[in-house]
Amino acid sequence: MIRFVDVWLKYRHNGEASAASADVISGMSFDVPDGGFRWLTGASGAGKTSLLKLMYLAEHPYRGRIEILGIPAARISRREAAMLRRRIGVVYQDFRLLPHLSVYDNVALPMRLARRPEKQIRSDVSELLHWVGLSNKLDRRPNELSGGEQQRIAIARAVVVQPHLLLADEPTGNLDDEQADRLMLLITSLNRLGTTVVVATHNLSLVRNYPAPCLEISGGRLVHEG
Amino acid sequence: MAKRRIKPAPRARRRVDQLGLRTAMADRLLPTLVGAMSFLAALAIAGTLAAATLASHWQGDTGSALTVQVTDPGDPAVSGGVTRLQAVLSTLKASPNVSNLHQLSADEMNSLLKPWLGEDVTKLNLPVPAVIAASWNQAGPPDALASALGAVAPGTLAETGAAWASRVAALTNSIQASALSVLLIVALVAAAVISVATRAGLAQRREAIEIVHGLGALDSDIAGSFAMRATRLAATGSAIGALIALPVLLWLARLAEPFAGVLPQSNLPVLPMPLMASLPALPVVAALIGWGTAQITVRGWLRQLA
Ligand SMILES: Nc1ncnc2c1ncn2[C@@H]1O[C@H](COP(=O)(O)OP(=O)(O)OP(=O)(O)O)[C@@H](O)[C@H]1O
Ligand SMILES: [Mg+2]
Repeated sequence: MIRFVDVWLKYRHNGEASAASADVISGMSFDVPDGGFRWLTGASGAGKTSLLKLMYLAEHPYRGRIEILGIPAARISRREAAMLRRRIGVVYQDFRLLPHLSVYDNVALPMRLARRPEKQIRSDVSELLHWVGLSNKLDRRPNELSGGEQQRIAIARAVVVQPHLLLADEPTGNLDDEQADRLMLLITSLNRLGTTVVVATHNLSLVRNYPAPCLEISGGRLVHEG
Repeated sequence: MAKRRIKPAPRARRRVDQLGLRTAMADRLLPTLVGAMSFLAALAIAGTLAAATLASHWQGDTGSALTVQVTDPGDPAVSGGVTRLQAVLSTLKASPNVSNLHQLSADEMNSLLKPWLGEDVTKLNLPVPAVIAASWNQAGPPDALASALGAVAPGTLAETGAAWASRVAALTNSIQASALSVLLIVALVAAAVISVATRAGLAQRREAIEIVHGLGALDSDIAGSFAMRATRLAATGSAIGALIALPVLLWLARLAEPFAGVLPQSNLPVLPMPLMASLPALPVVAALIGWGTAQITVRGWLRQLA
């Protein structure tokens, strides 16, 4: 379960949270139950990415309480945080692939960090890359691929370890409608298997086609839930 | 998800360089500088070992040895009638604290002076003093004896090895202290070089590190990758530095042979055992410094990540 209780976030500049810098997330409170699915919507700059960053522990609130997968995020050691991150799959808005690694190695990365046996890595990664339609580009570098192809690698990397929590930031931004549908099929089937999912998107037709509760934010505040 | 046979899985691969450190920490500067430091360390170790060897050779059992030097031994003594040498010898014989009198022969003098003055000292026609070796049975310095000898033959020197031994010990100690500080400085410089290279690698791979951190890599995973790389570069550089030092040390050993009392048994100079043992230790020490410095540098740097 994910729980936000009166959460406030400011970005720090050079490690200092200056009083002048504005709140990016203001007094946000909500719950997402285990195995739940939430759309996260709002205008550009509303704070969707910032909210996801709090969920994947890349930022910490200056006020309020966050629980991720039932674990209070403020009170854990660096090691525990790393272990928690391994249970969270993230599709970043800007993909964040490693440029010096092949497509295959990029997708294998989370499994290698989790020290899975190489044999299992081979079968899982190959299967997933086939599913996203990139099994003929295993040895390419990310910068040799199109935006949509890179996005599909980012998706494959996020789901390859069957995360308990999947956070996707605009995952269909570079995909055509058919690929977007395929992606939603993947996400909903993971969700049915028990993964908690939060997907940030501008794509309202996608939201209409896959009806689910929605967290709508504006100016860093939760304006509508449900 | 449909399971289908697809293209054969990528072949067994070597350890994946996840942070791309083979290129981010690839410069030759680190191994070169660590190699230079190893070279200096080898020289410093050789210096301290040589000092220790010479000291132990010279000190030997000199603590109780008395050496008396009589200049112009053939001239008449103060009392007249006998030569200065004879006067000194009879004074020594009369002293209860002196035993085992032995006047060094021309051959013995030759072999003593050979390293300093060349093959045949007598041909040089130098005013070589007569030297008498004896045992000194007292603990204290032979001051009273020296003045008694000075009375019969002015200018005669009487010294026990104790004076020599303490001078040689002081010299050895200061050489060893200098060598030790050279070793310390060399190790610190090596650590600084490794730290700078590691920081450069961190800056260059900042984004990759952030990504891997976000995927749940432990600090120890990331620090370990850098430490492995630093260890390899430092050990390689140091091994090369030690190899280059080897011929220089052999040459120095050859120069030092006559003083160390080692008879040249073969045409090949040999290094003393402790030096032979410490040369291969240099890359190991460099590797440890590389590993430790990278670990500390990376773990410190990682604290800035949430
Ligand atoms: N690293 C940062 N430092 C300072 N301010 C930031 C940083 N990242 C985002 N912001 C600010 O925080 C606010 C919310 O940004 P955020 O990226 O969360 O919006 P978003 O809803 O994801 O927008 P988009 O739909 O365009 O991706 C914006 O005003 C942005 O300028
Ligand atoms: Mg965003």
